[in-house]
Amino acid sequence: MSNLLEVRHVTKKFGGLTANNNISFNVHENEILSVIGPNGAGKSTLFKMISSFLPTTSGEVLFRGERISNLKPHVVARKGVVRTFQETTIFKSMTVRESIVVAQHLRARASLAGYFWGTKTAHEDVDSFGQYADDLIEFLGMTPIAHELASNLPQGNLRALGIAIGLATDPQVLLLDEPFAGMNHDETMKMVNLVRKVRDDRGVTVLLVEHDMPAVMNISDRIVVLNFGEMIAEGTPSDIQNNDKVIEAYLGSADDEIGI
Amino acid sequence: MPKLNTFQWAGLAAFLFAVFFAVPAFVAASGRTDLYYTLTSVALLSIASAGVWLTFYIGRINIGQGAFALIGAYASAILVTKAGMSFWLSLPLAGLFAAGVAILIGLPILRLRGVYFAMISLVLTQVVTLTALALPITNGAKGITSIPLPGAVSVFGLTLIPDFATLENPRLAFYYTACALMVITFAAMYRLVNSRLGHLCRSMQQNEELAASIGVNIAYIRIIVFAISSFLGGIGGAMFGSIAQSVYPSSFQVADSVNFMLNCFLGGLGYVFGPMLGTLVLYFGWDLLFELGRYQLLVYSGLLIILMLVLPNGLLSLRLGKGGGQGR
Repeated sequence: MSNLLEVRHVTKKFGGLTANNNISFNVHENEILSVIGPNGAGKSTLFKMISSFLPTTSGEVLFRGERISNLKPHVVARKGVVRTFQETTIFKSMTVRESIVVAQHLRARASLAGYFWGTKTAHEDVDSFGQYADDLIEFLGMTPIAHELASNLPQGNLRALGIAIGLATDPQVLLLDEPFAGMNHDETMKMVNLVRKVRDDRGVTVLLVEHDMPAVMNISDRIVVLNFGEMIAEGTPSDIQNNDKVIEAYLGSADDEIGI
Repeated sequence: MPKLNTFQWAGLAAFLFAVFFAVPAFVAASGRTDLYYTLTSVALLSIASAGVWLTFYIGRINIGQGAFALIGAYASAILVTKAGMSFWLSLPLAGLFAAGVAILIGLPILRLRGVYFAMISLVLTQVVTLTALALPITNGAKGITSIPLPGAVSVFGLTLIPDFATLENPRLAFYYTACALMVITFAAMYRLVNSRLGHLCRSMQQNEELAASIGVNIAYIRIIVFAISSFLGGIGGAMFGSIAQSVYPSSFQVADSVNFMLNCFLGGLGYVFGPMLGTLVLYFGWDLLFELGRYQLLVYSGLLIILMLVLPNGLLSLRLGKGGGQGR
């Protein structure tokens, strides 16, 4: 297994606060890796640095050996590393299908002027976007809601739409920000299956940041654990479940609301 | 790519007929030639408003179009009076110059959103006015006067556009020119909004972060859109300068910038043709209330507030057909 994504000595400081301290791990091709940790462990900060939505203070993130940290987000997306968002970050007044069509921006071959004048390439693109959108909608089982406005969708479908928008860019690595947050057991299991399907059928490597322990244990090939900005463990789900430091991090402090 | 249905074609034909035949016929019959000036103004203001509408489409409240109209007016006036250029060549150059200035100004300020962008844009008109007062080339407070009327354009000895100065009725010529420009502008806007750039604008209007995450270079699109917007402002301003045959630092003021924005609000931010209708209604609405004397502004403002409360999506949300095109 080769390293697709390498996080190397990444540190983030906000003034005097160190949100991430010297984090290093690798993501292998075609695996599902989860980053977990109690509240305030620095998961989200790390996630934003990997997708270049935040610059690193020091250290770097490599994708296929190329640095992708401290760039513009759209440049990272162009290279094939695409993030999703928590909750309601969607195109509210577009339908599911419209969102997926727009999200195929990176697949466009015609220039913006080409679309304006309606060149042959632009027409081919538009047809191909529609085709791809329909395929993706079917793949994700969203056909019944394809023409619903995003703002009318329930939360579970919104999360799936977020993933659909990410997938529409045809990414090599999909970064999922808390895909199971606020979901009940059934919804979580559906989402777990969906994420697996994305990896298995589309060959997309998945890195996710998550709170939901059962789901993480179920879905992950490997897990990285953060606590107070430090990386305290890395390994398979069973390694992590038996790791003393992890148990201490979650159960040792009275403030944390999540137990294993 | 959008295709117009029969209903839309009929609407378009009726509109073109009204603008280019019915209105001139009505004016000829009623002898109210002052209508030409009014309608020409509406056409030109709606071009500048279309630009403002486009910046709304990427989620920016633009209260600075007066600045670019003024820049366009001065650019054209200077090219015509000092360089002896034909007005018809100076017109696109004025638009391009305004677009160039917009790119320079836009690079820093387009990072701002919401009220912050709105407030900076509000200052722009004043900045351009003060600049025009200070620079030698714009002739300070005296402005540029006695700008010659647009000259003839001929290709291979064939006269395409006659010299306006030799025309019996230059008002009618300006009316036709302004309407032609307006039709071209709105046709291009309709096309743009229904093309990929329009879709990307919509995605940015709804969520810039998400747009960036799918690989859209949001900074680039913002600049392009602001440049197109200001190009339209520049074109509108240059035409105004040519009609008035003069440009002063006060030709376009902050109030004009606010009006451009109001035109868009009134017509409807979701509809390409909103600024056209908004401009027409606002311009005539103001004139119709003239009889009220000192209560004119009070009634006018009150009506605007009521309209915005009752029709938050603009007048075109009342429309019958689907001619607006929401970029679907």
